[in-house]
Amino acid sequence: MTQRRLIRETSFDITGKLWRINWGYVLLLCLLAAVGYAALYSAAGGAPEPYATKHALRFAFALVLMLGIALIDIRFIARLAWPLYGVSVLLLILVMRMGHVGKGAQRWIDIAGLQMQPSELAKIALVLALAAWFHRASWERMGNPLFLVVPILAVLVPVGLIVKEPNLGTAVITALVGASVFFAAGVRWWKFLLVALPVPFAARLVYDHLHDYQRARIDTFLNPENDPLGAGYNIIQSKIALGSGGMWGKGFLQGTQGHLNFLPEKQTDFIFTMIGEEFGLVGGLATLGLLGLIVLGGMAIALGCRNQFGRLVALGISFNFFMYVFVNIAMVMGVIPVGGVPLPLVSHGGSAMLTVMIGFGVLMSVHVHRDVDFSDGRDDL
Amino acid sequence: MRKEGKRTSVFTRRALLMMGGQLTVLGALGARLYQVQVVEGARYATLADENRISARLIAPPRGRILDRFGVVLGGNRTNWRALLIAEQTEDATATLDTFSRIVPLAEHERARIERDMHRHRRFIPVMVREFLSWEDMARIEVNAPDLPGIVVDVGTSREYPFKDQFAHLIGYVAPPNEADVADDQMLALPGIRVGRAGLEKYHDLSLRGRPGAVQLEVNAVGRVIRELDRQEGTQGQDVGLTIDAGLQQAVLSHLGEESASAVVLDCRNGEVLAMASNPSFDPSLFNSGVSQAQWVEWTSNRRAPLINKATSGLYAPGSTFKMAVALAGLSARAITPGDHINCPGYLDLGDTRFHCWKKYGHGGLDLLGGLKNSCDVYFYEVARRTGIDKVAAMAHRLGLGVAPTIDLPGARSGLIPTREWRMAQGKAWNIGDTIVSGIGQGFIQITPLQLATYTARVATGLAIEPHLTRSLGGVLQHGAKPEDWTSLGLPERDLHLVREGMWLVVNDPSGTAPIAKLPDPRVQLAGKTGSSQVRRVSREMRERGFKSESLPWEFRPHALFVAYAPYDAPRYAVSVVVEHGNAGAAAAAPLARDIMTDVLSRDPANRTEPSGAKLAERGGPAS
Repeated sequence: MTQRRLIRETSFDITGKLWRINWGYVLLLCLLAAVGYAALYSAAGGAPEPYATKHALRFAFALVLMLGIALIDIRFIARLAWPLYGVSVLLLILVMRMGHVGKGAQRWIDIAGLQMQPSELAKIALVLALAAWFHRASWERMGNPLFLVVPILAVLVPVGLIVKEPNLGTAVITALVGASVFFAAGVRWWKFLLVALPVPFAARLVYDHLHDYQRARIDTFLNPENDPLGAGYNIIQSKIALGSGGMWGKGFLQGTQGHLNFLPEKQTDFIFTMIGEEFGLVGGLATLGLLGLIVLGGMAIALGCRNQFGRLVALGISFNFFMYVFVNIAMVMGVIPVGGVPLPLVSHGGSAMLTVMIGFGVLMSVHVHRDVDFSDGRDDL
Repeated sequence: MRKEGKRTSVFTRRALLMMGGQLTVLGALGARLYQVQVVEGARYATLADENRISARLIAPPRGRILDRFGVVLGGNRTNWRALLIAEQTEDATATLDTFSRIVPLAEHERARIERDMHRHRRFIPVMVREFLSWEDMARIEVNAPDLPGIVVDVGTSREYPFKDQFAHLIGYVAPPNEADVADDQMLALPGIRVGRAGLEKYHDLSLRGRPGAVQLEVNAVGRVIRELDRQEGTQGQDVGLTIDAGLQQAVLSHLGEESASAVVLDCRNGEVLAMASNPSFDPSLFNSGVSQAQWVEWTSNRRAPLINKATSGLYAPGSTFKMAVALAGLSARAITPGDHINCPGYLDLGDTRFHCWKKYGHGGLDLLGGLKNSCDVYFYEVARRTGIDKVAAMAHRLGLGVAPTIDLPGARSGLIPTREWRMAQGKAWNIGDTIVSGIGQGFIQITPLQLATYTARVATGLAIEPHLTRSLGGVLQHGAKPEDWTSLGLPERDLHLVREGMWLVVNDPSGTAPIAKLPDPRVQLAGKTGSSQVRRVSREMRERGFKSESLPWEFRPHALFVAYAPYDAPRYAVSVVVEHGNAGAAAAAPLARDIMTDVLSRDPANRTEPSGAKLAERGGPAS
């Protein structure tokens, strides 16, 4: 094996950086967005309006943004980690005060006309902050429980704020993304057990202290079949549409369930169902495979990085994307009851696309700067 | 060769572990996709192509509104109707074309159906035509094969058997608007109505109930193959009122053609036994939509049929306010019962002269004399000595000019002025304002319901609040028992004096309203007259020998009367306000007497069955 040379310059030129971008990975993202374009074209009944054109324009904008972020020095991003985290917590507080109330929860905020979900941004900021914290930790220091107090608080603050929105689904995902960074940083196994064991009891305790209307919301969240015309209806119709697609599908623009409006929210949360109905199991598995390649490719970037910060950031961002994919696809197949999570880069909607692509920008910056001299000199060298 | 750090190797190991986990999960999702699309695919494909799972909400019947004896004031009547379920037909337009060849549909009906179909999800039935005749039903059934998507079912529609007699209390229902539907899916069902006014609005959620749902497997022509799941809804609750329907009818017949209102309360618990506002309207007209001409007629009528005068009409209480002034004076120790005040027919204050209604005066009067003769000068003086703030505090305590607690939307607070209120308007309080407040004029405004409450509180000394709901879903509500109400905390001695004054008004031959004396000598009524000026009487008019009867109708004073009975054991309180009826003694007192006679003979508070033959049978109005 040839030893890669450590880049010692504080910066290398733009051309060098562009050369180091993983263009294969960018191609995968473009492919996924193209799948989204096709599905949205079909969801509109075979027309670029009102979804597909907007989707393409948004992706083009987000792609430029992503490449821009990829060129930013990873050490500079590391310095920004905690300030960014602070801003994202402030935004979460802001959205509680003055956010839009959408479908019974305050999740959205307007920034210069762009609607944002601060909870999406918070996940990326959390990953950056945790990675920056663990970056300076030696293996021995990782064993010290007191060292974990700050990062645990750093997870609990945004998670608590997101629970209060209330957006239980995103809160759980955020906590899991945080946990993935803890795990990869080398926190000992038994500590995870220590945290995981009392969770059911704590959940019960919180549930008992909620207002009736909050409980009702959680009950519907846990068991949508109780709401046969709401979430339960969606799941039933989604399964019928998927099932009727069969092995080879009904063909592009030939789906009946989506086009006959049996399938609600077909352009957002249930876009995967459209693909499954029209392109069958083959199309569904292909899409799933593409998503899997993007997840594993991100993990590979993590493994190929030579500093702890970059490794943890790449892993956390990949894991976040994986959670999106898992929750959305498991939901449309009726495996889990969560609602309201789009399929990134495929579903219609600007906010999720933008935050996901910002995340991929950071991921790509990790890749571009994988060999820079960025160590705390603890035990890597 | 650099030594790989421990944490790097741990990272690599754990990252690989996570990748394995992620691959497994994605694989599992793929397997599930295979199961849904291929293993169970055939079954789902059949469901999609030939069958539809159709979830339907079943609307529970709306709760009824009953009087205290169970007579139905607002109920449901069966209604045969044709519905269209868009998801069960290939071409809704063609189905509707065929339908209108069988049962003709007007242009505006078609427009409404199109709009409803656009608004609702495809599995929600849309009303095509309701109140179908038997012949129409038969023709639709015969032609069913040509009418895919059309279902005939039996629903209910709201019915008010007493028409206009309870309109202001019951209110009315109307079709829900889009905002309502966004809040509650059930309201998207055809034929559903929501309460828009009165008790229908106040108790809307209880009356509405919760919808049930059935999941049906239906084939392509809409025939139900089997029921997959059923969840029963909750019935709308019946609302039992404190009202005695027969009494309400009697009160209305006494009011006749007058623009007037009357309230009958149970003095001991605040139950509203009758609340009449004349003229009225037929609430069932709102159910199907009110015509433009009808609406113009209602809103331009100067006798305001749409307004509930009993809770929303604001009047100066006139002399009926004098009991409150007397109690305020006694409690502030500004007067004693025996103090004599001389009435020469006027009170001069600076260069303003305040007149008594009796031109040459009453001479010296004590408290009982003041009340019996309703002497204005006596109460000008009491108000002057007591001060407006103490008068206002007492009036508030007795239920005048305070925010209404009654379970009926739209009730108004009225106004008892205070210095602070006047200051908030940026004006200074004048002593002259205090003087006219002493006889219930000036800024003071109250509702007839407040007048009745005030009378009941004076009669019993209890802090009762008027209310209309006696039971919900058969459960007796708080407030039905006298123990539910506490004392006002006024000295019994003061109250007794004022009650005696009210007794003298009616039962002393020289009182102001002997006309209100009850025909049955064994039961005695205590009361007080009042008339409230609509327009200021100028000095020239007074000197010209002005008679209010000669004024145009809308400038004549309102006539008021409040009363309770029996005098020795107060049970019922009545207030009557006749708009522009001139003197209280002439226009309102006889009405109050007749109403009280009916109340006492029916005695609704002590019965469990309605009295009298006015109701032909339970559950229906007199024919």
